Amino acid sequence: MPTARPLSPHLQVYRWQLTMVLSIIHRMTGVALAAGTILLIALLLALAAGPDAFQTVRAFCSSWFGMLLLFGWSWALCFHMFNGIRHLAWDIGWGFEIPRAYATGWTVVASSLVMTALIWACVFAQGGAA
Amino acid sequence: MNTTDLQTPLKRARGLGSAKDGTHHFVVQRITALALVPLALWVIWLALALVHADYAHARAIVHHPFAAIWLTAFVIATFWHAQLGLQVVIEDYVRTRWLEVTAQLAVKLFCAAGALASVLSIVRIALG
Repeated sequence: MPTARPLSPHLQVYRWQLTMVLSIIHRMTGVALAAGTILLIALLLALAAGPDAFQTVRAFCSSWFGMLLLFGWSWALCFHMFNGIRHLAWDIGWGFEIPRAYATGWTVVASSLVMTALIWACVFAQGGAA
Repeated sequence: MNTTDLQTPLKRARGLGSAKDGTHHFVVQRITALALVPLALWVIWLALALVHADYAHARAIVHHPFAAIWLTAFVIATFWHAQLGLQVVIEDYVRTRWLEVTAQLAVKLFCAAGALASVLSIVRIALG
């Protein structure tokens, strides 16, 4: 492509703002969750296959690396779900005003953290993961 | 631009426009998103129930007709939504044409295979 034409201002000239950060995180969590479906497939296949396969997946999930992935995915799911609801509200034309876009944005951040904490509180209330 | 090119700008632009199916993509992405809100909340609850389940108990939970149906709906909506989302990400960021086509194909095949494997596993557990 010839690049003689002037380029429009790009990412590096903007000050980072909540709205753009959340937009980027929404995509990143979406991609991460898509990768996370591999564990979902593995779990369902193992559950259908038999106790040995199930035990293998379980052992992976309760390893420190498995726990780290599960923790990351639980937050990614909460964030993507809450921010997805924010997007659905925009789709029906609600919440475009700048103060409201910021308010809903911070609400999404707080809700995702609270919900992730609640999920893991439930896990540890049952006596630790797996 | 090649100055010896005798084609008009209109001729060059023709056929490079919209594929006329963007709205369908948008609508299906929203429908699956809407469906995934209650489905994902229920799956989180299911996952918490499975944390300490041994094999027989875990299988019994998924064997329940209600769980099997909701889980099937969840995996179909998930892989469909994931394919639509990843498609947009690849369209936006992958600039090399052969890499873009390969990535789109890989995503579609992965999502189709993932949905099939998940649904067949659930069916096997539900009927077994």
